[in-house]
Amino acid sequence: MKLYDGGKIIAGIAVFLIVASVPFWYGRGKAVPPPDLKLDTPAIERLKEKLCVEPAPYMRANHMKLLGAWRESVVREGNRSYRAADGKVYKISLTGTCLECHSNKDQFCDRCHDYAGAKPNCWSCHIIPEEVR
Amino acid sequence: MAPTRREFLKIAGVSAIGLVLPTLPGGQISNLSPHITRSAQAGMPASGGVSPTVSGPLPALRAKRWAMAVDAGKCPPGCRDCITACHLAHNVPDFGNPKDDVHWIGLERVDHVFSAETHPRLPESIKGLSVPVFCNHCENPPCVRVCPTQATFQRADGIVMMDYHRCIGCRFCMAACPYGSRSMNYRDPRPFVPKQNPDFPTRTKGVVEKCNFCEERLARGIFPACVTVCKEKALVFGDLEDQGSDVRRLLDGRFSIRRRPELGTGPQVYYLL
Repeated sequence: MKLYDGGKIIAGIAVFLIVASVPFWYGRGKAVPPPDLKLDTPAIERLKEKLCVEPAPYMRANHMKLLGAWRESVVREGNRSYRAADGKVYKISLTGTCLECHSNKDQFCDRCHDYAGAKPNCWSCHIIPEEVR
Repeated sequence: MAPTRREFLKIAGVSAIGLVLPTLPGGQISNLSPHITRSAQAGMPASGGVSPTVSGPLPALRAKRWAMAVDAGKCPPGCRDCITACHLAHNVPDFGNPKDDVHWIGLERVDHVFSAETHPRLPESIKGLSVPVFCNHCENPPCVRVCPTQATFQRADGIVMMDYHRCIGCRFCMAACPYGSRSMNYRDPRPFVPKQNPDFPTRTKGVVEKCNFCEERLARGIFPACVTVCKEKALVFGDLEDQGSDVRRLLDGRFSIRRRPELGTGPQVYYLL
């Protein structure tokens, strides 16, 4: 097999690989610090047991699925109460229940979402109570 | 020896598969807890009241068939209390021009709303009455039939609901509704909401909205905003299947009409003129 203009092609591929990999070697060795999430809102301070509706590792991994299930439950089934794994019953409400404790959305939700590059569109409709008051 | 074309293509193919495979979401099946049931069926019946209600100080109001009666004679001329209360409660935007108008309750002259039932010789006191017009929460809602995403659906208690999360803004429902009960947000409504109520979401650009019979208030055990705010008690709300309900007693005692019943939609807003 004969490669015509081999020098140009190989040089071109090399330049492409270098340019495409710039972000990787440019940021090598530098670690972006994980987000500093604040859990010191007045509502959380008042809690005897500082627990979310479900255990924190579960919430960290699955809060978006839980919120999706809550949305379907309220809007489509008219069911506004959620029985947690430990048997406690909570009112299903993004701005009422979630943001009641996590009233510092910009120091909790936003910091992690920015870090993870997640862009949830909850807030294009749901109103952040803190911003209105 | 250089590889043949056939060998080169084989190597290229295997390499391509090798590159793609690790990124495929294999085995990462959701480990959602079993206690989260996710039945997102359209028109699922409202749960039968067995679950404990923690949604408010009062138990949720439940009915077999919610309906509204409008005692139009009691409406004072020019009164817009019900509209103001509703639009404040639901963050309905005011764009300030009729072209973009978004409304949950409208105000219309009787001879416009009931063009078939009225005639030119009726006294102006009847013809010229202004009556509030709502979503009729039809028994056979044409908007639900045409919605391609099931964003609008009918609950077991008769309320025709909108799931704004699912609305794609196709406006089939607006074309299907014979009552003009639905409004489209042609622009981002948030800056045009006069006073934001944090207990209810706004909508976004490209989403259709309409009256929901204050479903969110019924869940908290209180009657719709328009009904509670009406000083003249012109709006009567209740369960049509309950013989003792206010709306049933009113309809049992007096002559009432509905908007365009000949279309077969079965409107559930009754007018007493």
